[in-house]
Amino acid sequence: MEKYYTQEISKSDRIPRLVAHLYAKMPEIESARAKLITESYRATEDKPVIMRRALAFEHILDNIPIIIREEELVVGSTTIAPRGCQTYPEFSFKWLEAEFETVATRKADPFYIAEQTKKELREADAYWEGKTTSELATALMTEETKKAIEHNIFTPGNYFYNGVGHVTVQYDKVLAVGYRGIIAQMQEELAKCNPGDADYCTKSQFLKAAIISCEAVIRYANRYADLAEKEAAACSDGIRKQELLQIASNCRRVPEHGAESFYEACQSFWFVQQLLQLESSGHSISPGRFDQYMYPYYKKDLDAGKCTREFAQELIDCIWVKLNDLNKCRDAASAEGFAGYSLFQNLIVGGQDKYGCDVTNDLSFMCITASKHVFLPQPSLSIRVWNKSPHDLLLKAADLTRTGIGLPAYYNDEVIIPSLMSRGLTLEDAREYNIIGCVEPQKAGKTEGWHDAAFYNMCRPLELVFSNGWDKGEKISIETGRVEDMTTFEEFYDAYKKQMDYNISLLVNADNAIDVAHATRCPLPYLSCMVDDCIKRGKTVQEGGAVYNFTGPQGFGIANMADSLYAVKKLVFDEKKVTLADYKRALAMNYGQGFDAVSAGEIVAEILREMESNGISADENQIAGMITAVMNMELPAEDKKKYEDLLAMINEVPKFGNDIEEVDMFARDVAYTYTRPLLNYYNPRGGQFQAGLYPVSANVPLGAQTGATPDGRLAHTPVADGVSPSAGKDVYGPTAAANSVSKLDHGIASNGTLFNQKFHPTALSGEKGLENFVALIRSYFDQKGSHMQFNVVDRETLLDAQAHPEKYAHLVVRVAGYSALFTTLSKSLQDDIIRRTEQGF
Amino acid sequence: MDYLQTKGRIFDIQRYSIHDGTGIRTICFLKGCVLRCKWCCNPESQEYGIQEMMVQGKVKIIGQDVTVADVMETVEKDRPYYLRSGGGLTLSGGESLCQPEFARDLLHAAKAVGINTAMESMACAKWNVIEEILPYLDHYLMDIKHMDSDKHKRFTGKGNELMLENAGKIAASGQTRLSIRVPVIPTFNDTAAEIREIAQFAERLPGVEEIYLLPYHRLGQDKYEGLGRTYELPDILPPAPEHMQMLKKTVETSTGLRCQIGG
Repeated sequence: MEKYYTQEISKSDRIPRLVAHLYAKMPEIESARAKLITESYRATEDKPVIMRRALAFEHILDNIPIIIREEELVVGSTTIAPRGCQTYPEFSFKWLEAEFETVATRKADPFYIAEQTKKELREADAYWEGKTTSELATALMTEETKKAIEHNIFTPGNYFYNGVGHVTVQYDKVLAVGYRGIIAQMQEELAKCNPGDADYCTKSQFLKAAIISCEAVIRYANRYADLAEKEAAACSDGIRKQELLQIASNCRRVPEHGAESFYEACQSFWFVQQLLQLESSGHSISPGRFDQYMYPYYKKDLDAGKCTREFAQELIDCIWVKLNDLNKCRDAASAEGFAGYSLFQNLIVGGQDKYGCDVTNDLSFMCITASKHVFLPQPSLSIRVWNKSPHDLLLKAADLTRTGIGLPAYYNDEVIIPSLMSRGLTLEDAREYNIIGCVEPQKAGKTEGWHDAAFYNMCRPLELVFSNGWDKGEKISIETGRVEDMTTFEEFYDAYKKQMDYNISLLVNADNAIDVAHATRCPLPYLSCMVDDCIKRGKTVQEGGAVYNFTGPQGFGIANMADSLYAVKKLVFDEKKVTLADYKRALAMNYGQGFDAVSAGEIVAEILREMESNGISADENQIAGMITAVMNMELPAEDKKKYEDLLAMINEVPKFGNDIEEVDMFARDVAYTYTRPLLNYYNPRGGQFQAGLYPVSANVPLGAQTGATPDGRLAHTPVADGVSPSAGKDVYGPTAAANSVSKLDHGIASNGTLFNQKFHPTALSGEKGLENFVALIRSYFDQKGSHMQFNVVDRETLLDAQAHPEKYAHLVVRVAGYSALFTTLSKSLQDDIIRRTEQGF
Repeated sequence: MDYLQTKGRIFDIQRYSIHDGTGIRTICFLKGCVLRCKWCCNPESQEYGIQEMMVQGKVKIIGQDVTVADVMETVEKDRPYYLRSGGGLTLSGGESLCQPEFARDLLHAAKAVGINTAMESMACAKWNVIEEILPYLDHYLMDIKHMDSDKHKRFTGKGNELMLENAGKIAASGQTRLSIRVPVIPTFNDTAAEIREIAQFAERLPGVEEIYLLPYHRLGQDKYEGLGRTYELPDILPPAPEHMQMLKKTVETSTGLRCQIGG
C-alpha cells in the first residue's frame, strides 16, 4: 500500500461561496472586546494582574457577540463582520484614535470604522491612559535607546504596540485530552502547592487564572452549541439543519473533551486558534505541524469508514477559509511594513519526527490542495524539505507555487535542525521544529521565541560612520572618528562594526524593556497553559515559563551593506579612485540626483538649527521657501558630473548575488557584524538573543527612512529584501543568485533567513518545468540555504493589476515570508515587487 | 589536459537554461555561423569577428576570446543543479561547429569531469568535424528548418543537402541521443505540409524519438537595429497557439514521434 494518498481531491461547491461571503465587504473595526475588557478591568483593580487578565478574558468570552456564518461547518468568529477586528487597548490605543479618520481610506490595509464604534472606543480607551504595555516599556528604556528609535536605527514597534503572539501551542494536547484534561492537570499541580512555598503566591494565582481561562473557553464553545441548536430549530433546509445540529454536537464536546472524530478535531483546533487571538493581539499564532497532530483523527475515521477523503478535504478547506476570517488593524506605518492584512499563521507540512523518519502523510498533500482550493493568503503554508522528503510532495508543492499564490515557502531541515541544536534544543525537539510567522523556526509547545522582536536597519549605522555618530543635527550614537582621517579599509570597517555594536546594545535594551512590560502588565494565562513548562513552573511564558526562550530581532539590508562596504574598499582603498571625503559629499548630495521633500526638510532643519544658534529665526513661509529652494537647487555641472562618474564607477564594482566568490564571502562577513554580537545578549526570561535576516515587507518603508548608501542606492528608495540580492543587481539568473545567497552563514541566523525569487510562469510550465523547479530548490538546499519562496507572475500582469486593481482582487503575491493580496499593497511595495529581477527566460 | 587551454570565441554564457536539453543547463554561445537565417534571434552570433552592438543606448562589445578552462570555471558553478536535475553544459551559437576544436574540447572538458553535454547545431560541417565531437556529446539537438533546399537557401543562405546527409550519419553512429528541432517561421515553414515533411524525415532517422517545434518569436528584433542592420521579416507575427497545436497534431498523426512545442 502507498504510504500516502497523492491524488488531487475535488473542491466542494461550498468553498467558493464561503470565500465570496468573506470578501464581500471592507473589513471593519468592532468595539465589543475593548468595552468588555475595560468593564472587567474597572471591576478588578484590587486583584493581581494575572487574575485580572483571566477575569477579563472570561468576561469577554461570556459576553462578546457570536455568529455562525452562512454555510460554515467549522464555527467561531471573533467579530460579527467578516474579516473584522477587535481592538486591544491594554497594549496601545493612541495610534488608532489618531488614525480614526484615515484608517478607512489609507492605502495599506484599510478598515471601515463606524462613528458609534469610534465613540465607544474613545470611552473604553480613556481608562487605559498610563496603563498600557507600551507606556511601561517607554518608561523602562534608556534615553539613548529612545533616541535611536526616534532616528529609525531600529524599530521594535511590533511588540511595542501589540501582543507578542509568535507561538505554536500544544494543539495536540487539547485535541487529545480537551481543556477538562488540562484543567485536571492544573488542579493536580495546584493541590501540590503549599502556602509556605516560596512561589506559592505567583504559582497558585497563575494556575487559578489559567483554570478560569479554560473554563471560559469551554463556556464559549457551549454558547456556539446553543446558537447552532437555536438556528437548527429555525432552519427549514433539511441539510443545513443537520449540519447545524452536528455543529452543536461538536461544540458541546470540544474543546472541553478530547476529540473523537476528525470533524471534532477540526472544530477543537479552530477554537484554540481563534481564541489565542482574542486573548492578545499578537500575530503569527502559528498552527505549525497541522498534518501531524490532526493525522491520528483523520486516519481513525478513514479506516473506520466514518469519513471520506472528500469530506476531510472540505473540512480542511473550511479551516483555511476561517484562518482568513481573523484580522488585525495595525497602525499606518506598521500596516505598510506588514502589508496584506496578514496574520502570518504559519502552517507547515512534511518533515521528520523526533526519531528522524519522514512523516509525510495524506494530510500533508491535502493541506497543499486546500491552499489551491481556497486560494487565499492564509495560512502561510510552509513545507519542510530534507534529503528524504518524498519527491511527490515536492512536485505537489511546486504545482501550488506555479499558480502564483506565493505558497508554499520551502524550509531546509538540513540547516535548521543543527542550527536549533546550536541554540540548546535537543535533537528530538529540533527534528520536530515548525515555523513561526515568516521564517522563524522553533519547537512547538515549548518555546517563547519573541521571533519578530524588531527591525534593525543595517544601513543606518553606516550613515553614522560617515556622520561620526550624528543624525539630523543631533548626536545619537558614539563617535568613531572623521572618515576624512581614515587611512585603511580596516579602520573604516572597524568604525562600522563599532556603530553596529553600540546600536545593537540599544536594540537589546528596547526589546528587554518591552519584554518586562508584557510580563508586568499583560501576562497570558490561557496561552501559557498550552506551553511547557508553564504549568509546572507556575508562571506564564511572559515571565519565563517556557522551556526555550529567545529574542529574535531581524536585521535587513545585508545586500546593500555588502555592496556598499565592498565598493568603498575597492574604490577608495584598493584602487584609490575616490576619497572617503568625496564619497561622504556624494552621499550627502544624493549623488546629485536631486532631493525629495524628506531630504530637503532634513537639510533645512539643520540650517535652521545653525541659524537659531546664531540668534536668527525664520517663519513658516520662509521655511517652506527654503525647502522648495533646496528641492529645486541646480548643482554646478562640474559637481553633478563628478557624482555621476562616481555612480558609474560604483556600477562597475561587482555586486552580491552574482556568484562571485570574493564578493559573496565579503557579504558573509558583513552579515556577521549583526549576527555575532547579538549572541552575547540575554533577555529577562533567561533566553539568548538570536538574529534573523529577513525584513517582512519593511524593506520598503524603512528604506524610505534611509539616506543614500555607498552601493549607489539613492536616498529613501527600498533596501534589499531579506538575504536576497539588491533588486536588479543579480544579473546571472536564479542559480547564480542562489549560490551567492547560500554562501552566507544561514546556520548562525537561527531566527531565520529569507530568500525571495521571482519566476515567470514559463519557467515552471509543464512537467519538466516542475521537475527543474524542484531541482533548483534541492540544489540551493544542498548548498545549505535555509529558506526559499517564490513569486510566479509576469511583469505585465503585475502592471495591469496596479492599473486595474478591480480585475485582480484575488491576485496573491509572496511579499516576504508571507502571501498578500497584491491589490491591497501600497503602490511603493507593488513597485518593489515589479522591480525585482525577473527570473524567467 | 591540453584541451583546457584551447581558445575560442564566445558571445555569452547563460545559466539556468531550462528549455534546451534535459534539466537545468548552462549554455555557452559560440560566435560565428554558416547560415544567415532571416529570422535569427541572435544576429550578433552570425559574424565570427568581434562586433559592437548598441544595447539600451550603450555600446556593448560582442565576442570574447576565452579558453576552455575559462568557460569551465562558470560551468562548474552550477554543478549542484546539474546533479539534481540531470542538466549540464549546452553549446549553442551561431553554429558551434564553426569552431570545431574549441567545441570539441569544451565538450571533452565537461565529460571529463562528469558533466552531461548537449549541443544545438545545424550539423552544417564536414563529417570528420562532427565525427570528432560525437564521443563527447550526450545529446545532439539538431535543427532541421526545411526539406526544400531552394527555399532553405532563400531564407538561410545555404541549401540543406549537407545537413540532411549529416543527420543520417549522426543517427547511424549511435553515439549520441539525437533530437530534431524545428523553428516554426510563418511564411517559411509553418504549413502542415512542410512540417509533416520534416517530421517524416526525422522519423526515418534511426534512434530519433522526438521532435520539438519552436515557435518563432521576435525577441531578437531590437538587436538588428543595435548592429546597424535591417530586420528582413518585420511583418510576420509569432504563430498562434492554436496553429502550433495543429502542427503538433500533424506530426503526431503522420509519424510515430513524440512532439513538443517549445524546448
